Amino acid sequence: MKLAILGAGAVGRSVAELAGEYGHEVAALADSTSAAVDPGGIDVERALAEKAQTGRVGAAAPEDALGTEYDALVEATPTTLGDAQPGFGHVRTALERDRNVVLANKGPVAERYDELRELERESAGSVRFEATVGGAIPVLSTIESYDPATITAARGVLNGTANFVLSRMAAEGLGYEHVLAEAQDLGVAEADPSFDVDGTDAALKCVILANVLGTGNYSLADAEVEGIDELPGSALELAAEDGRTIRLIGEATPEGVRVGPRLVPENGTLAVTGTRNIVQLETEHAGRLNLSGRGAGGPETATAVLADVNRLE
Amino acid sequence: MSDDASGGELRAHTVRLELVDEPGELLNALEPIADNGGNLLSIFHERGSLTPRGHIPVEVDLECLPHQLDAIVADLRESGVNVIRAGTERYGEEVTVLLVGHVVETDFSETLSTIESDAAASVVDVSLSAPNGTSDVSSARLRLATEPGKTGEVTEAVREVAERKDLQVVEPLTELEGSA
Repeated sequence: MKLAILGAGAVGRSVAELAGEYGHEVAALADSTSAAVDPGGIDVERALAEKAQTGRVGAAAPEDALGTEYDALVEATPTTLGDAQPGFGHVRTALERDRNVVLANKGPVAERYDELRELERESAGSVRFEATVGGAIPVLSTIESYDPATITAARGVLNGTANFVLSRMAAEGLGYEHVLAEAQDLGVAEADPSFDVDGTDAALKCVILANVLGTGNYSLADAEVEGIDELPGSALELAAEDGRTIRLIGEATPEGVRVGPRLVPENGTLAVTGTRNIVQLETEHAGRLNLSGRGAGGPETATAVLADVNRLE
Repeated sequence: MSDDASGGELRAHTVRLELVDEPGELLNALEPIADNGGNLLSIFHERGSLTPRGHIPVEVDLECLPHQLDAIVADLRESGVNVIRAGTERYGEEVTVLLVGHVVETDFSETLSTIESDAAASVVDVSLSAPNGTSDVSSARLRLATEPGKTGEVTEAVREVAERKDLQVVEPLTELEGSA
């Protein structure tokens, strides 16, 4: 397939780099200010080298990437809230041109799910978004193959940064600020980690899960969200004394979407450590299903994007 | 109910045991109860279900004085019976929550009494950790006992009082434990 990749951050870059390995061609790669476009296939290595050197991936404008010939648009621009722009507009343009869309950007599926599905119904193209929930973990495709109607609830640890902070605080008895600074040094936390630690990122993923499991129509505004940014080390100590620990748990149940720090058994399934993510699916006929793995990262998320691309064929 | 000079009041307790599937095991487990003055109320013998180790879970409800319960549990263990839990049955379920914030300065004792009165819960255990002094942010762990099926009401009451006092609640994800 011919791919047009919007967004040249960790995910967009990795998709471009790995596309060839999966048998796909990159017709365009764009960041926020520039694009490399060639319907016959761009030279990914050169475009990325140019970005590293000049800050631009190519001579073309970003809109040119959206206008060129491709089979699937990979939307990997940063997630935005509210109207989810410009990501949503990119998806609309591609669908109106009867192209397929693969999202790594959570905004359009979390904030405007129903509109997105409506656009998809009118288009010959389809929309996939495995990469938006749980990074490399095949959460949405599992739900799809089981049939969403047979899954009664989903919950889990959906933010690696928050999980890293909590597991480090618990293991070392360190304070929140100290561990967060350490996470930033390690590249586990971004310079501005607010979406990770205030629960927004996990909530977006749970909203997407709720949309897929239910009748849609959820957005971030419907979620009850609490973060871990106010938790002192003493809370983790008290939890540990009792054989428990604290994890930022997201839930998508028939009662709604809820994200917040919760007490879980210290050695329980949900108490994953480090940046690992886990999703538990409650199935109607097959008990509980635990899916865990790497929930973020360029190559990890790109793997989910390219798995989606393969499913389009 | 009767009072006893040796202290405490007569209460109902649930003792959860695991028995080896052999003849006489149940009787063996019941003897220490009678021997120590306990009054057997009911036995729930789940013969059909087995624990992962192949034992049979048995729940015994009995009435006795606090010191008698200790003796019963000790004797049961001595006779090789696996005692999983011995608690106060009046409050069959327990829920543990954390409160985080200015726990002490916002009248901790009023917080506890509000939870007890609003939710028909009983505060079984409290641990407070205030490493930077009681005027700074601190954490408290509350173990609350309530009647079976009422844990939702208890967490709701905790949430209400916490909201009023601007404290953060860390609730347990209890419904997850067990089945896998």
